[in-house]
Amino acid sequence: MDTLNLTKSLNLSFIEQVSKESGQNPSLCYQCGNCTAGCPYTHFFDYPVSQIMRLLQTGQRDTILSSKAIWLCATCETCTTRCPCEIDVAMIMDTLRVIARRENKVSEKDVKLFYDSFLNSVKEHGRLFEVGTLLSYNLRSGNFFADADLGPKVLEKGKIHFFPKKIKGRDKVAKIFTRFQEKAKKHG
Amino acid sequence: MAEKEYAYYAGCSLEGTAVEYDMSMRQVFKALGVSIVEPEDWSCCGSTPAHTVDRVFAAALAARNLTIIEKMGTGTVTVPCPSCLSVLKRAHLGMTGDESFRNEVNELLDEPYEGGVVPKSTLQVMLEDVGLDTIASKVTHALPGLVVAPYYGCILTRPPEIAQFDDPENPMSMDKILEAVGVKVADYAFKLECCGAAFGVPKRDMVNRLTYRVLSMALEAGANCIAVACPLCQQNLDLRQGQVNSTMNTSFNLPILYFSQIVGLTYGLSPKELGMDKLVVSADDIVRSRITIEELAQREANAKAAEAEAKAAEKLKKAKVKEEDTKTEET
Repeated sequence: MDTLNLTKSLNLSFIEQVSKESGQNPSLCYQCGNCTAGCPYTHFFDYPVSQIMRLLQTGQRDTILSSKAIWLCATCETCTTRCPCEIDVAMIMDTLRVIARRENKVSEKDVKLFYDSFLNSVKEHGRLFEVGTLLSYNLRSGNFFADADLGPKVLEKGKIHFFPKKIKGRDKVAKIFTRFQEKAKKHG
Repeated sequence: MAEKEYAYYAGCSLEGTAVEYDMSMRQVFKALGVSIVEPEDWSCCGSTPAHTVDRVFAAALAARNLTIIEKMGTGTVTVPCPSCLSVLKRAHLGMTGDESFRNEVNELLDEPYEGGVVPKSTLQVMLEDVGLDTIASKVTHALPGLVVAPYYGCILTRPPEIAQFDDPENPMSMDKILEAVGVKVADYAFKLECCGAAFGVPKRDMVNRLTYRVLSMALEAGANCIAVACPLCQQNLDLRQGQVNSTMNTSFNLPILYFSQIVGLTYGLSPKELGMDKLVVSADDIVRSRITIEELAQREANAKAAEAEAKAAEKLKKAKVKEEDTKTEET
């Protein structure tokens, strides 16, 4: 277990930033641990979700943003559903991912890369092109044969399309991406 | 039920790896007299990846579709995929509940969304709008021997503020629909336990370990089949079942059917049209086990008659033994 000097690494503006962006009040958390008790991913996390909440209350920005936990959370909503203080914990985890992404501090590169491959496919075609997304992920991640064992199975079932279904309004979908990027640039 | 028209947002998975969900859902709706129309030129909802980027951006990808659906004038859009549903509902609720959020989202769109669409899962439309009586009235076939573990996945009913449907801890909508069509439903404790969601590609081991638990618990509940309502759950449990077997040293052979396929089978619909052959773990045994309800009634009557006969024979035997006993006593 890591030892943190809370005074040295305290970042008050981070608490404010997460509260504002998530619309949640992390100080309501009294560390009952119910979120962690129900979290299906806790065995894979470096910090259980209740500890992420505690780290947030103590403004431990760098530890949180570089944690694996925020990227291995699947937004299954168990924590949010069971929090006795009615904190939308999954929304806080989501906000933390968004901030980590913005600050280029992503610990689980493959997870982000998969999401990016997915979104690139949507930007290009308007809809998700499953084969293209997988190939793009495999090439960019270096995991050239990720899920190669599944190929023959879906092929045999006639579930694979080798060409994307391009929608007419794909430029309109692409515009959502560019408008967002322009806006993000403007606001730094 | 007066025929009502719904917009039907199938989502990207239902064009590819979950094509059998689309096929069976359409067939079942047709049988129930529910008329559905696909929104023209719909686009991807953004799903999980978009909300790791930004909330407004994610809502915009979803809201482009809400704008298209709003113009159709159906009022309600029915959505088979829980991930699409959740994203569409988040966008709708966020935009109708918060004006500044709505403006921010609309700034990213060509045409604004005004808030006039109610997204509902296909399960919700069946349960609440069609109703269990109508669902039951279309049954022509039975699946004797089938015991189903109803698996809802994480987000179909959660969080309750977004889903606004069924129970967030012990959902029953799928249980009720399956029971209404005469299928035996197992008491399944893992209805909501996450299957690994969208991590299949980048974190395969993690997903295999999670699906292992979902599959094991279904067997423990006495089920010989799992019913799902989510393309991602289905993919993780069905397509990746072989991976689970090789990594976890197990020998699962558990068919994973969409609830709509099971309903369709009880309606006597053709297995081919329900996409039964699209499943990776074969459901052929289930298809073969199908009999008409008349046959089932005959079988049950025969079984009852045989039972009554056996009972009568037993009674006769007992009476004979007693008679002989009294005879021996007398002598």
